[in-house]
Amino acid sequence: MQNRHSQHISREFNDELETIRSQVLRMGGLLETQLDKAILAMLDNDAVLAAEVKHGDAEINQMEMEIDAACIDVVARRQPAASDLRFIIGVFKTIAELERMGDESKRVAKMSAAERASVLPVEINTELRHMGELVQNMLHDVLDAFARMDASAAVAVAQSDERVDDKYELISTAAMRCMVEDSASVSAAMSLMWAARSLERIGDRCQNVAENVIYLVLGRDVRHLPLDGLLEPSG
Amino acid sequence: MPAQSSKPDLLQNSLLQNEPDDVVVSIRQLHVSYRQRQVLQDINLSLRSQHVTALIGPSGCGKSTLLRCLNRLNDLDERCTVTGQVLVNGRDIYAVEEDVVSLRREVGMVFQRPNPFPKSIFDNVAYGLRLLGVSTRSDLQQQVRKSLQDAALWDEVRDRLHSSALELSNGQQQRLVIARALAVQPKILLLDEPASNLDPISMLKLEELIATLKINYTILIVTHNMQQAARVSDFTAFMDAGELVEFAATSDLFTTPKQRRTEDYITGRYG
Repeated sequence: MQNRHSQHISREFNDELETIRSQVLRMGGLLETQLDKAILAMLDNDAVLAAEVKHGDAEINQMEMEIDAACIDVVARRQPAASDLRFIIGVFKTIAELERMGDESKRVAKMSAAERASVLPVEINTELRHMGELVQNMLHDVLDAFARMDASAAVAVAQSDERVDDKYELISTAAMRCMVEDSASVSAAMSLMWAARSLERIGDRCQNVAENVIYLVLGRDVRHLPLDGLLEPSG
Repeated sequence: MPAQSSKPDLLQNSLLQNEPDDVVVSIRQLHVSYRQRQVLQDINLSLRSQHVTALIGPSGCGKSTLLRCLNRLNDLDERCTVTGQVLVNGRDIYAVEEDVVSLRREVGMVFQRPNPFPKSIFDNVAYGLRLLGVSTRSDLQQQVRKSLQDAALWDEVRDRLHSSALELSNGQQQRLVIARALAVQPKILLLDEPASNLDPISMLKLEELIATLKINYTILIVTHNMQQAARVSDFTAFMDAGELVEFAATSDLFTTPKQRRTEDYITGRYG
């Protein structure tokens, strides 16, 4: 599916769609780096890395605006139809999700681990690390599904969000228990919950991108449908 | 004219059973050949009342031929053979007893190039009415006025009804021939690339008119302009090489076509 746009009669139109596609992948790549750094900064309490994440977000914002403009241009000048139309609409929605995942990454990076380590049980930190890995995998896989226009890979990503949600439940329950048992841990537990919350939101947004991929490949709107149904062929 | 299929009744019954109640035209297993060359193959299509259906497809795909089957304009060429059924309000228009003149009154047609008669604006619209025997001055005036109003032309020509129709602009002439078609109170309007010679503003006026007319008529439009089909129609049929490749609600066909050939055509890819 790499060259799905290569058959247009208009080579220019081809090039425009291909450029948009590779820009989205570049934006996704930047976001992956941001998220990786943010999780590291959070777990290792690395202020320098956290500052890098903060500055790096500007480039993601800029890319969203550039891709947005390119999509508007295609709509205005080419009046895309069918799969081209779904591609453009899918990109519009996807880059908005990516931009917000950038914002969430910034929030993750801001969370300090120093006080947390001192007052919270070590297991919670381990869970948070696991949750971070799950979300990193989701982001990687959904970008991969977008690059390959692979609907079944997108379905798998959408389904994996459940594991992230479970982790979030587990972490927030543990954090609340700490707060109940020891009032000195409130600040640390809150900070932990915010970080977990941001990761959970990134997982949700990866699921949204996965749904966009399914829409642009199959033309089916699978939002708000039970996940089991996503694998069934369209009727 | 009998359909040439081994199992016409079975197929037809199943097709008819699934039809919505407001179907005005049913085309069933229609085959058309021209000098032994098959130009339309097994067309099955239904047009619903008060809806606009667009026919799109590459040049020579048979869309104008299909349009002309609905008012038997192909009959004028004896090298043309039509088999299958076209039912207009349940009546087989290719049946022996069918009166072609009254059929064409029921099924009005507008062509690519506006073709007003070299007469006054008034006489153009009154032409069909006079043929039908409307003769009193006040009846004629009233019906001409109504037709011109329905065709969204009245305000532009009310002060010069007796000047020549040929003095009108292209866009006005196209609306005049629509008024002429409307005067005899057809049920169905066939539009064969009606906007292809119009400037963008006249084209938009015509599209606006189509949107108004569909409240009272069943409209079938052939157009090369896919964006126009997308704008004006409720249903779209994509034809290629004499076949009806895909028929769907316009919004479905232009976002999620089911057939690869439709996809390639509307996105401008090599077939």
